[in-house]
Amino acid sequence: MIQFDAVHKRFPNGTTAVHDLSLEMPEGGVTVLVGSSGCGKTTTLRMVNRMVEPTSGTIRVGGKDVTRQDAAELRRSIRYVIQQAGLFPHRTVLDNIATVPLLLGFSRRKARARAAELLETVGLAADAGKRYPHQLSGGQQQRVGVARALAADPPVLLMDEPFGAVDPVVRTQLQDELLRLQKELSKTIVFVTHDVDEAVRLGDQIAIFRTGGHLVQCAPPAELLARPADDFVADFLGAERGLKLLSLRTLADVPQGPAPEAGNWSLVLDAANKPLYWASKDAKDTKAAELPVRPLKDTDSLLSALNESIASPTGLIARVDAEGALTGVTSRDDIHAHAGQAHTEARVAA
Amino acid sequence: MTIDWSWIGDHTDDLTTLTISHLQAALTAVLLGVLISLPLAVIAHRIRPLRGFLLGLSNVLFTIPSIAIFVLLLPVSGLTRTTTVIGLTVYTLVVLLRNTVEGLDSVPVKVKEAAKAMGTRPLRTLLTVEFPLALPVIMAGVRIATVMSISLVSVATYIGDGGLGQLFTDGFQRNFPTPVIAGVVLTLLLAVVADAALVALQYVLTPWRRRRA
Repeated sequence: MIQFDAVHKRFPNGTTAVHDLSLEMPEGGVTVLVGSSGCGKTTTLRMVNRMVEPTSGTIRVGGKDVTRQDAAELRRSIRYVIQQAGLFPHRTVLDNIATVPLLLGFSRRKARARAAELLETVGLAADAGKRYPHQLSGGQQQRVGVARALAADPPVLLMDEPFGAVDPVVRTQLQDELLRLQKELSKTIVFVTHDVDEAVRLGDQIAIFRTGGHLVQCAPPAELLARPADDFVADFLGAERGLKLLSLRTLADVPQGPAPEAGNWSLVLDAANKPLYWASKDAKDTKAAELPVRPLKDTDSLLSALNESIASPTGLIARVDAEGALTGVTSRDDIHAHAGQAHTEARVAA
Repeated sequence: MTIDWSWIGDHTDDLTTLTISHLQAALTAVLLGVLISLPLAVIAHRIRPLRGFLLGLSNVLFTIPSIAIFVLLLPVSGLTRTTTVIGLTVYTLVVLLRNTVEGLDSVPVKVKEAAKAMGTRPLRTLLTVEFPLALPVIMAGVRIATVMSISLVSVATYIGDGGLGQLFTDGFQRNFPTPVIAGVVLTLLLAVVADAALVALQYVLTPWRRRRA
């Protein structure tokens, strides 16, 4: 657990970066710090591993005051991932990952063997290990950055907009990877971003900062979206915060029924029972005789279900099992009802 | 102006000795220059106020005429190889110091930050991150300093040293062009070979810069 207790940071030029911050970041959870630029979120992050020293107040990691520890040793147990990874251009990918194990006194052979394992963990091919960072794509470099941070099993990870410099598709992939890894590893993660969607996706709790280093609200994403503390938070979360809340819920408990035979449209399946497309029975409707279907699994979000139900010509979404075979359909009305219920629950839970 | 090939044939041993002596003087000076400029460059790089002073000093030393340097050193080290090497070393500093400082400046802040954030202490960061990444710029300086020193050794003929430079005085005094031509050709050859060797050395030392995408 990381505890901030009445932490204040004033820079020599007189600006207050962090103002009287008290915050607990739970063990094994992801705390996301969000806010516009200059709100003190990065400074907060950097005070955890003493890249920035607090002006007053105390910061404890695992109960120990960070300022009473040797900075270099502290940083070997608290790993820091920065934008564009900050990889060493003169070291191979494998040696980049092996950096901290080597600092900790592992033998080169053992450090490299561990690095090779981590390469696989973050989803990179083994032959990437012998390359130099400039020979990799931005997304691959970012994965190496994560692998390097995971080497020697640090209990705490600090991530400063680690996925800020990659395109949206790769960004989503990297977020998925991180969520998957976190499920296995349960690290205490502090994650800085200015992207609300990223915060909602990754955070177990989200801390919103306002310019001048004030913490405005810290809460789990659902609570934050359902009950923003004030107008600043509501504005920051954006007009679609109601929809964002739906991204946190899955389809699992939304009922489904058999696909209807009547009506103008029918769902065409292949031999393995996988939905192929919506077919129109109306001969005049030749232009749109076949419309695409995007089947959803129980693990998909209520938000994507809502989106699909709007796109679907019948207002029905096709539900499939893990293999992609049709299990039933759900109506737009059922999805709406559950969306409303999700909001009510989030408000009550808060 | 014709070349007396028989003179060259009769003097191959002398030419070899002079070439080796010439190269030794130049390389010793560059090596000393590197050893002196590395720590000075680190100081100039880390302590901003000293930077201008150190770079300015190396510039001022460079403007002293070479003959004057040797003359000034005579009371200290006399008519010896030491005088030659000290003189040459002083000249190498102007390029070596400047390039090493610029090399250290060129190391990306993000990379140094990453090293620090991973718990690498400053000295280790300097040796394992900053110097390797500064190497291409440092090596560019070493190449210039080497070629410059090889051409400057001849000046030390005035104090009885000077390697291949002795061939020039010999040729001029006797109005006999062959030694002069041989000296020029060998000096050029030395410079070209030394430069090529340094390019090869840099290639070996910086594997990450090959196969640039």
